[in-house]
Amino acid sequence: MLAFISVSVFAQTVHKPVTKPATVSPVVNGKKIYLQYCLSCHQADGGGVQNMNPPLIGTQYVLGDKARLIKIVLKGFNDAVEINGQTYTNAMPAFNYLKDKDIADVLSYIRSHFGNKASAVKPAEVSLIRGPIVKTPNKKKYTVRSKNT
Amino acid sequence: MYKKAIISSIVSLLLIAGLLSFKIPDAPNAGLKLPTGFTANMIADNIGFARHLAVAPNGLIYVKLLKTKNGKGIIELKQNADGIAEVINRFGDYGGTGIYIKDGYLYASSNEDIFRYKLDAKNEVISPDQPEVIVKGLLNRREHDSKSIVLDNAGNIYVNIGAYSNSCQEEDRQPGSMGRAGCPILDSAGGIWQFRADKPDQGYANGIRYATGLRNVVGLDWNQQLDQLFVMMHGRDQLHDLFPALYTTQQNALLPAECLYALKKGDDCGWPYIYYDQLLHKKILAPEYGGDGKKEGGKNAKDPDVAFPGHLAPNGLLFYTGTMFPEKYRNGAFIAFHGSWNRAPEPQAGYFVVFQPYKNGKPDGKWEVFADGFSGSAQKTASGRADHRPCGLAQGPDGALYVSDDTKGAIYKITYNK
Repeated sequence: MLAFISVSVFAQTVHKPVTKPATVSPVVNGKKIYLQYCLSCHQADGGGVQNMNPPLIGTQYVLGDKARLIKIVLKGFNDAVEINGQTYTNAMPAFNYLKDKDIADVLSYIRSHFGNKASAVKPAEVSLIRGPIVKTPNKKKYTVRSKNT
Repeated sequence: MYKKAIISSIVSLLLIAGLLSFKIPDAPNAGLKLPTGFTANMIADNIGFARHLAVAPNGLIYVKLLKTKNGKGIIELKQNADGIAEVINRFGDYGGTGIYIKDGYLYASSNEDIFRYKLDAKNEVISPDQPEVIVKGLLNRREHDSKSIVLDNAGNIYVNIGAYSNSCQEEDRQPGSMGRAGCPILDSAGGIWQFRADKPDQGYANGIRYATGLRNVVGLDWNQQLDQLFVMMHGRDQLHDLFPALYTTQQNALLPAECLYALKKGDDCGWPYIYYDQLLHKKILAPEYGGDGKKEGGKNAKDPDVAFPGHLAPNGLLFYTGTMFPEKYRNGAFIAFHGSWNRAPEPQAGYFVVFQPYKNGKPDGKWEVFADGFSGSAQKTASGRADHRPCGLAQGPDGALYVSDDTKGAIYKITYNK
């Protein structure tokens, strides 16, 4: 009898259903990514820094073409452009080491916060822009330029 | 007689309307907090992104605008008896930071070139539309582009050529990217260059690299007592962002120091290989070059005269030589701290003018905040959303201190009354 009980207990332990890990909601993840990677330059209110780091509030770069925006995050940005009538001098580095979901979530977060209202960005949209990843002989990972560049 | 009264009332109203083209601040001392005995007046406002300024021997003020306003980048103001400075001329079709008056000439810089304008006996520019081009073609790659200038007493002009990089990484501001070997930026930037003040059309070939290892110098001055160049360097950013395993956000907010250097020809202040840690009082090897926050470096690099807390952004430096202010201010250094951005996510700091006493050519005691309140409130300082940000400093013929603000374009005049 004892053996039977212990066997069934043992069987229960082995077959205990595994709970699926909760996926982090895009908003929570997007904010986390913003705080860790974007805030130091673009600031807590998304307003950037006068003459140095552009604002993320109400600019065409943020609200407009998603492909261009994704590219900026993947490759960085250091062009002399006017953003809402102002120019900015600092270089933005590449964030290609962030996962597709992280980039999608943070861009969705930015596009729906700081007074912005624009559609979310999906991870698939990011991977499309990123293109295939190719391993070079010395095993370093490089991103191949996508057809869209 | 009745008609005369009406006319004079109308004229008075028009005059007042003209004067009130900017709002006279309601707060005493234009909202600034100063030591006892000092008074501040906002003598001009909304003139543009006012960077550096120079005051002529007769009180005429020349201000350099970062970007042109209505096509003009230099503003000339005349101080009226009522204490308001009135714009009387606008010229120069270029933006920029540097401006300096020396021996009958007004010198001004764009982000690539240095110009000079001969002044007449009344310190007015004779040919505002035909400046002499003294230096041209200085490197400008947007990052750290301010070509701040100062002249010595031997006919030389000194100009900052800021490094177009934060810490000379292979990839600028990229986490974990290491420093470029031998930092080739230093060949033509990241230092102070010296040229002749009276020769036209000079380029790099005509100048000498006077000092190197200086990431970006916006505030600099010629110390008249010591006959020596002094500079305030903007220290590197993002220790935490770039090397999060080595630096916390709190350490990032305080480090590295903003340094005041007393320079001689040939000096090397150590950027990018080291930064100065004002808590350890040491030159520390930069993480880009193998540092870990503790390893020292820069055996041949200069130590600063004074090390201020990180990221305050020293945009103006002035060694005071006037007699209006009390004795303790003579030959000491005023520094305009533009205010931080890189302290985030910690609170921002700065947006004030500080004073560092000097005695016998050396710093004497601790520095103190001299003029605070430019930001408008403690909350505005903490968020970095300041109303006004001090940028330039100049001394008037009577010893008054002038401060320019490059956010709203205000000019402050600080005086002392016994």
